[in-house]
Amino acid sequence: MKRYILFFVLIILIAFPAFAQIDSTLLRRTEKDTSRIQMNMDAVYNRPFLTMGKLPVSVGGYVEANWQHLGTDGISEGHQFQMRRLTLFVASSIYKRIKFLTEIEFEDGTKEINIEFASVDMEFHPLLNLRGGIVMNPIGAFNQNHDGPKWEFIDRPVSATQMLPATWSNVGFGLYGKLYRGRWVYAYEAYLTNGFDDQIIRNVENKTFLPASKENPDRFEESFNGVPLITAKTAIRNRNVGELGLSYMGGVYNKFQEDGLKLDQKRRVHVFAVDFNSTLPFTKTWLNGEIAWVNVDVPETYSQQFGERQVGGFIDLVQPVLRKPIFGFEKSVINFAFRTEYVDWNKGTFRETGTSIQDDFVSIVPGISWRPTSQTVIRLNYRYNWQTDILGNQPSKTAGFQVGFSSYF
Amino acid sequence: MKARNVFGLALLAIVTIEACENFEPAAPKGHELLDGPVDGLSESENIRFLRGDVAFNDEIFTADAGLGPLFVANSCGSCHPGDGKGHPFTTLTRFGQTDETGNQYHHMGGPQLQNRAIPGFTPEQLPQGVGYSKLTPPANTGLGFIDAVSDADILAWADPDDLNGDGISGVPNLVSMKEYLFARPNTVEANGKYVGRFGKKGAAYDLHQQTAQAYNEDIGITSTYEPFDTHSRLAIDPEVSDQTILDVVFYLKTLKAPVPRNTSQPDILAGKEVFTQIGCAKCHRPEMKTGTSSIAALSNKTFYPYTDLLLHDMGPALDDGYTEGTAKTFEWKTPALWGLGLSKYSQGGGYFLMHDGRARSIEEAILLHGGEGQISNDKYKELTENEKLELIRFLESL
Repeated sequence: MKRYILFFVLIILIAFPAFAQIDSTLLRRTEKDTSRIQMNMDAVYNRPFLTMGKLPVSVGGYVEANWQHLGTDGISEGHQFQMRRLTLFVASSIYKRIKFLTEIEFEDGTKEINIEFASVDMEFHPLLNLRGGIVMNPIGAFNQNHDGPKWEFIDRPVSATQMLPATWSNVGFGLYGKLYRGRWVYAYEAYLTNGFDDQIIRNVENKTFLPASKENPDRFEESFNGVPLITAKTAIRNRNVGELGLSYMGGVYNKFQEDGLKLDQKRRVHVFAVDFNSTLPFTKTWLNGEIAWVNVDVPETYSQQFGERQVGGFIDLVQPVLRKPIFGFEKSVINFAFRTEYVDWNKGTFRETGTSIQDDFVSIVPGISWRPTSQTVIRLNYRYNWQTDILGNQPSKTAGFQVGFSSYF
Repeated sequence: MKARNVFGLALLAIVTIEACENFEPAAPKGHELLDGPVDGLSESENIRFLRGDVAFNDEIFTADAGLGPLFVANSCGSCHPGDGKGHPFTTLTRFGQTDETGNQYHHMGGPQLQNRAIPGFTPEQLPQGVGYSKLTPPANTGLGFIDAVSDADILAWADPDDLNGDGISGVPNLVSMKEYLFARPNTVEANGKYVGRFGKKGAAYDLHQQTAQAYNEDIGITSTYEPFDTHSRLAIDPEVSDQTILDVVFYLKTLKAPVPRNTSQPDILAGKEVFTQIGCAKCHRPEMKTGTSSIAALSNKTFYPYTDLLLHDMGPALDDGYTEGTAKTFEWKTPALWGLGLSKYSQGGGYFLMHDGRARSIEEAILLHGGEGQISNDKYKELTENEKLELIRFLESL
């Protein structure tokens, strides 16, 4: 971790003197490509970048910070100010149809520093592109399209970030491509990468928890068990209707052998996800949702705290209600937003009683946002969560206000 | 934007920040919860209580932290959700002892069956034909008060030969003292044995023993107090610190007693009368007093647990063929009834009562009383429907 911090400090030290010598009129924003229909899989490159003159390198990033005051069953930690994310992008056109992009993220200050994406893309044909390096596994849509300034909500969806492990990236290679037919685009992605480890059922969350594998510091260096994780997605988009994506991710998560000795049988994890988004034609209401199913082969003799099946998802509605200059920002938009989300962390029945295992999470988040420009959002959310334990006792309730901003820079 | 709009936004922000707590979920009322400290703890005691609270309710053991490899549960809180009674999901199975000569199955994993294992390991199986009991985890509340009752009081309630002829002949369970324990002031020793008061058979001398054994036998965590790994049966390095165990013991000692509810309602008052009238109070003693305690908040207090901490013959239906200490297989320690009405809120919305959770309602539990409890059982059956209802409402108010 320290080497990343040193690397970052070095970049900053080099960049500041260099920047001071640059004529700022040479800096320009890269225009977004609006000539073609954009999909979730394009999100990684479809960002506002800053380029300098004719240098083939673009830089960018975004920042997120907020205040919140949440309480759980009458107990509150009071006023909290949080620097959730600082993310830096660097992209480069290496040669014709060969490009590179990296995304480095600092979460909660410097508590977590991650290379979320660092890949070289080579285009042989629009239907056949090779991507290699640290890639974001295309499971669901949020993992691909998660930049803070794009969302009207301060918290990321629980189903996408805690049941699914967004942001989830691994070292590997794969292919992707798109086919345009009139108003339709068909797309696919398929990757082989390093995968999960047994922390998904060996963690202090006390439940099957795919993001626990992100704690493995060696995962960018070696596979936990030598079996690649397969991730594949196909998506279809109509310019007038919206986008629908179907994705799968699966592989062996446990260390079943070491030094030629058998330790356990191969145990697999399977994840299926469906995502969609659309803008309703008359009201311009933005609808976005994702639902996913997780199946994990948990040893029968292990604790039932760790579920074999999970299901969860979220739906967001964003309704623009005012478009007019505010405080001199000519393209201001005020939105009303509403999110509802659900996760069943443990679908199944107790062996002892035959009754349902609970461990359910439900949340509603109404909010209002102001976008002075499309790249900056100021958000006010009120969230209310219900969480039951595995026995189905009365849920603990968490609620409160959050105010924050997120902006590309 | 006009100045008044700016002013309005600023005002909205101030109101939001100032009033935000009003939009957060209210705390449940104190009498609806089993957890929370006793009144009157000092600041330093509050700090110890919170340390124990975190260790008990928040610490999840993984294989990296020493879980198992054989275990029943992976945290204290999973057996005692909200410090209440547990669910059959974490019911313990103990086996291998039929009389006071001790457990004959230590070599086969006795006295407790670890029915779960981390991946790659195989859980224990019950030996063929062995006597065993299933034990539903009890509530933790008010344990410090029970711990502070003097041995002399408990022995005074015993009536092994039923000299008063009421059909009730409670006896204490006399147990060996673990070498790491310190006897309470004025503890009573009888032929090297001491009065046990915790556990379904009353086989644990104090909360220190109960806690160290639970870490070891329930979670598979060794300590300097209980150093033997439940899988290899060999002494290994401690996997939890003495400090953590002592913090948990302090937490358990200083959990508040359950607060009775609706105590002045006429039907509940009538039910209380019925409770005494049909003889329940002979074993489920309403009132006790603590002696002096190193925790001032527990010293010389009167409290209402509804138990006598003694063993009673509960009849053949509840004789599982397993015991501990000097208890007979058909004898069970009178369980405290305080907090009974809140039990279902920690057991998933329904009751799992009696030692193994077999009773799914309070009435079913009453009707399972045999042996010394048979007289009260018979008298219960003779009550009118209204009297039965009043009795159950009273029990639910505890």
